[in-house]
Amino acid sequence: MVIGVAAATFLLLHAVPGSPAREVLGEHATPAAVAALNHRWGLDRSLGSQFVRYVGDLVTLRLGVSFVYGISVISLIGDHLAETAALVGIATLFAVLITVPLATLAASRRDRLADQAVRGLSVLGLGMPAFWFGIVLIEIFALRLGLLPVGGAGSGLWGHIESLILPGLTASFAIVPLLVRSLRVGMLEVLGADFVAAARANGLGELRVLLWHVARNAVIPTLTLLGLNIAYLVGSTVIVENVFALNGLGSLLLSSISSRDFPMVQGITLVLAISVVLINLATDLLAARLDPRIRLG
Amino acid sequence: MTTATLGTGALRRRRRLSLHALRRFPALTAGLTLLFVIVMAVILAPVISPYSPNQQNLFHILAGPSWAHPLGTDQLGRDELSRLLWAGRTDLRVGALAVIFPFCFGTLVGTLAGYYGGWVDSLVMRVVDVLIAFPFYVLVIGLVFIVGTGTRGIYIAFAVADWVVYARTVRATTLIVRESEYVAAAKVGGLSDVRILAGHVLPNTISQAIVYIMSDIVLVIVAVVTLSYLGLGVQPPTPDWGTMVSDGQEFLTTDWALATLPGIAVVLVGLSLSLVGDGLADLLRPE
Repeated sequence: MVIGVAAATFLLLHAVPGSPAREVLGEHATPAAVAALNHRWGLDRSLGSQFVRYVGDLVTLRLGVSFVYGISVISLIGDHLAETAALVGIATLFAVLITVPLATLAASRRDRLADQAVRGLSVLGLGMPAFWFGIVLIEIFALRLGLLPVGGAGSGLWGHIESLILPGLTASFAIVPLLVRSLRVGMLEVLGADFVAAARANGLGELRVLLWHVARNAVIPTLTLLGLNIAYLVGSTVIVENVFALNGLGSLLLSSISSRDFPMVQGITLVLAISVVLINLATDLLAARLDPRIRLG
Repeated sequence: MTTATLGTGALRRRRRLSLHALRRFPALTAGLTLLFVIVMAVILAPVISPYSPNQQNLFHILAGPSWAHPLGTDQLGRDELSRLLWAGRTDLRVGALAVIFPFCFGTLVGTLAGYYGGWVDSLVMRVVDVLIAFPFYVLVIGLVFIVGTGTRGIYIAFAVADWVVYARTVRATTLIVRESEYVAAAKVGGLSDVRILAGHVLPNTISQAIVYIMSDIVLVIVAVVTLSYLGLGVQPPTPDWGTMVSDGQEFLTTDWALATLPGIAVVLVGLSLSLVGDGLADLLRPE
């Protein structure tokens, strides 16, 4: 899987028209200077030998040197990774905190007003561009109410957490509508199960049934769903970082794209894709751990 | 026998799409109505929009709503309502065109992989797995970077990135249909693979892809608008909702409507398409 992702990134980037050397040196560079730079970066060798070198570098975690910054890609990624990881973490937390109560409410009041409202909201949310939702949040909470910062990283631990609340909320909304819809269906299935009927027949209160029997069984589907949607969430952070001027991998990716910084774009794409694969693996393992019925094949 | 069952199925479906059915599925009706209004509005944009979308009036910038400009004007004095309508024309057209190739290619590949199995299937699923592993926006932004910004870049990026979900959905249904009795009967009857695929497998798997295309168009339109917001999609001066939001973002403190209205337009389009998609899914669900 990781190898496939790496090969795809390599192929995609070498399909690019235009020469990165010319891009860095500018319009008026002499052909000799362009050729020299191409040689230094190894871009004048055959595609096959470039790929062999690329795989060798990957294994040893050498992702090359940024064309623009002139320092190693891996150290630049290391500098920006924490911000993105924090954003993904907070967004996931928000997603769970919003999804579980809404889906529970909708499933327990099936086809009644609360259910209709939740379903309506999730349909609305599906068509909502994340960047626009972020701007609306800035408008309300930062500009009108002045409760939270407009953007940037903030200072100190609390300032930093504060600065991630709106971005986290924005990023979580990229997946909340999907999560709510799926979890609601999942919970309806659990509600129809024999053991729920048995619990009710034993005279347990409705709240107790919901919290103890239904919610417990909904944890694993939620986890699996989160794993499946984490790729989309990670992709959305690229946009959210841009809206809120956060200095994470997404901002770095976009600025590297506009300066055609190949090794940088390649490195970030790889790191993001591989971390998604690893997160998926981790959620699968965790689900297997929590649910004795799942066997890892 | 096979043709007989298929025949009644098609007949029943046609009857259920009648006016009576529309009343039975209020979500579908609401979605179709909203979609119709939006599509008509953007098709008729040249007729109904009061101004040309790029007509500037520098003496009348950032104005609030008035009789002359119902939704006010932007930072260059362009009429906001006219721009919204023309931008819808761009975004809806690009979104609708961008899903055609993924829909056709994904459905075809998914059907073939599911029907034949073996190494074709393994190869296709391997490619699908790799493409799905990429965060969607990272992949699309990377592809646009490679093929160049603008609408052409968008079409190519979605052609590469977006077919995988169709392939996966259709393959899963094909695996079930392949084992069904009517396909076995058709095989025993000596029909060629092409006739079985076209006559018996596709009609039963395509409804899944059609239901999915509704939510996919929403996803793609949102992505087109997002790319344009980042400056990677539709290029100015062509009006588009994403560029309008990023232009309006600068004036958030004084003129909140400029950045807000285009987003509401996107949400309305998404709402109408999602309602139609959900309604179709209900309609096509076997009883």
